[in-house]
Amino acid sequence: MSFVSSLQCKECGARYPAELRTVCDHDFGPLEVAYDYERMKGKVTRASIEAGPRSLWRYRDLLPIEGEPRTGLRSGFTPLIKADRLAAHLGVHELYIKDDSANYPTLSYKDRVVSVAVSKAVELGFDTVGCASTGNLAHAVAAHAAMAGLRAFVMIPHDLEEGKMVAMGVFGPQVVRIAGNYDDVNRLCSQIADKYHWAIVNVNLRPYYTEGAKTHGFEIAEQLGWRLPRHTVLPVAGGTILPKVYKAYRELITLGLVEDNEPRMHAAQAAGCNPVVQAIEQGQSDFKPQKPNTIAKSIAIGNPADGPYVIEAVRSSGGYGASASDEEILEAVKLLARTEGIFTEPAGGTTLAAAIKLIEAGRIPRDESVCVCITGNGLKTAQVMQGRVEALPTIPARLAQFDELIESLPGFAPAGAATA
Amino acid sequence: MMAQTVTVRIPAALRPQVGDHESIQVGGGTVGAVLGAVCSQYPDFGKRLYKSEGQLNRFINVYLNDEDIRFLDNLDTPVKAGDELSIVPAIAGG
Repeated sequence: MSFVSSLQCKECGARYPAELRTVCDHDFGPLEVAYDYERMKGKVTRASIEAGPRSLWRYRDLLPIEGEPRTGLRSGFTPLIKADRLAAHLGVHELYIKDDSANYPTLSYKDRVVSVAVSKAVELGFDTVGCASTGNLAHAVAAHAAMAGLRAFVMIPHDLEEGKMVAMGVFGPQVVRIAGNYDDVNRLCSQIADKYHWAIVNVNLRPYYTEGAKTHGFEIAEQLGWRLPRHTVLPVAGGTILPKVYKAYRELITLGLVEDNEPRMHAAQAAGCNPVVQAIEQGQSDFKPQKPNTIAKSIAIGNPADGPYVIEAVRSSGGYGASASDEEILEAVKLLARTEGIFTEPAGGTTLAAAIKLIEAGRIPRDESVCVCITGNGLKTAQVMQGRVEALPTIPARLAQFDELIESLPGFAPAGAATA
Repeated sequence: MMAQTVTVRIPAALRPQVGDHESIQVGGGTVGAVLGAVCSQYPDFGKRLYKSEGQLNRFINVYLNDEDIRFLDNLDTPVKAGDELSIVPAIAGG
């Protein structure tokens, strides 16, 4: 028995029973899961959550499943790192990294949304799950479908990074490469969902799927000792995670589990695909779609379905947005690796690069707490760093040659060391 | 100007409003005129498609063949015989 009360249209407010429904009948608006917070009071507490499993399912009372979770029993509850070396480098007082590059089992934030979507798909009686994806979502759908014993059918743009394609293929889904960009894939997927009786996680399971993204925000709050960072910087692709982390924060405030410090939400996009940040900068309430051209392929969505809600959350919270060039993105990937030992994909580099710009512009004051949300792992896209790491010298297995090499490396030769 | 016959693909969520057809053949010189022709034939369809006069609901995407009309001339984009117009709800993902 869950606390879900209905599905509600985000545009017109129409309510529907919480069953299988893709969009609002009246205006095509996306549907949001609504809960009975009154009934939660006194039942959903810090203690009840802390007594739960060390996974995203510890927030199950705030998620839309009725029965037992079917996958994701070890997903979520990723590290929240106090990033002191990076903070010192950037000259900020209190900086945290929420690290979903360590999510289980597919190393991105998508393990969260897919845990909820696949559990819901089983509940609704589907035997096939699918998705349109820029890579990480397909990877998660393929793995979680394998765990739950479902068939998976995933559709991706044809030009994804090689590492990502192999990583999803190993789980045995049917992968279809579409000759087009993500927005083309998504359009096709919407038409497929109309025709085939499959659970397409980001189409007909969208209201449930997107709720999983809240767990990223719940964890930040709990791991900070039940408080909210003053600033949260999140990447924007389709626009799911930022409004959902904001929803998570507000749910915790509503339930009295954290103090309301008026948390500000900030949006990060690549300069080669920044429809949402552009709308924020220009004071528009809706975005203009773009044709993506960026190295950050996992967030290269030029027509983000939830873009208007990102703009709304950013604006109403008093946050802002920034975009980063490919060069800035890759430099930020390196900076995070070299200060905190975290290797993120270009999407994570985008988020950090945008955070740095927001700090430098004074949008994030240096004396206020900030959490930078890292949503994907660099090992999946390692080739983008080719040529950006130091040369790897090869020498014969002889100490004399090693000594010679050390002499040539700045900072390594020990002062006065004997070379006999 | 001769009205051009265009195929309009209807998504499942809107089929009850158009007699359960998956697609409809209508005439019109522009995207807006074609959609207008569907609306005058099926008024309930129009109520769901438009937010106000001349403004589509923001979660409805319209594609002329493979291109989003927002990259073209929106509702003023000209159409020619044999074109396909797809109405697709915006969806999440990544």
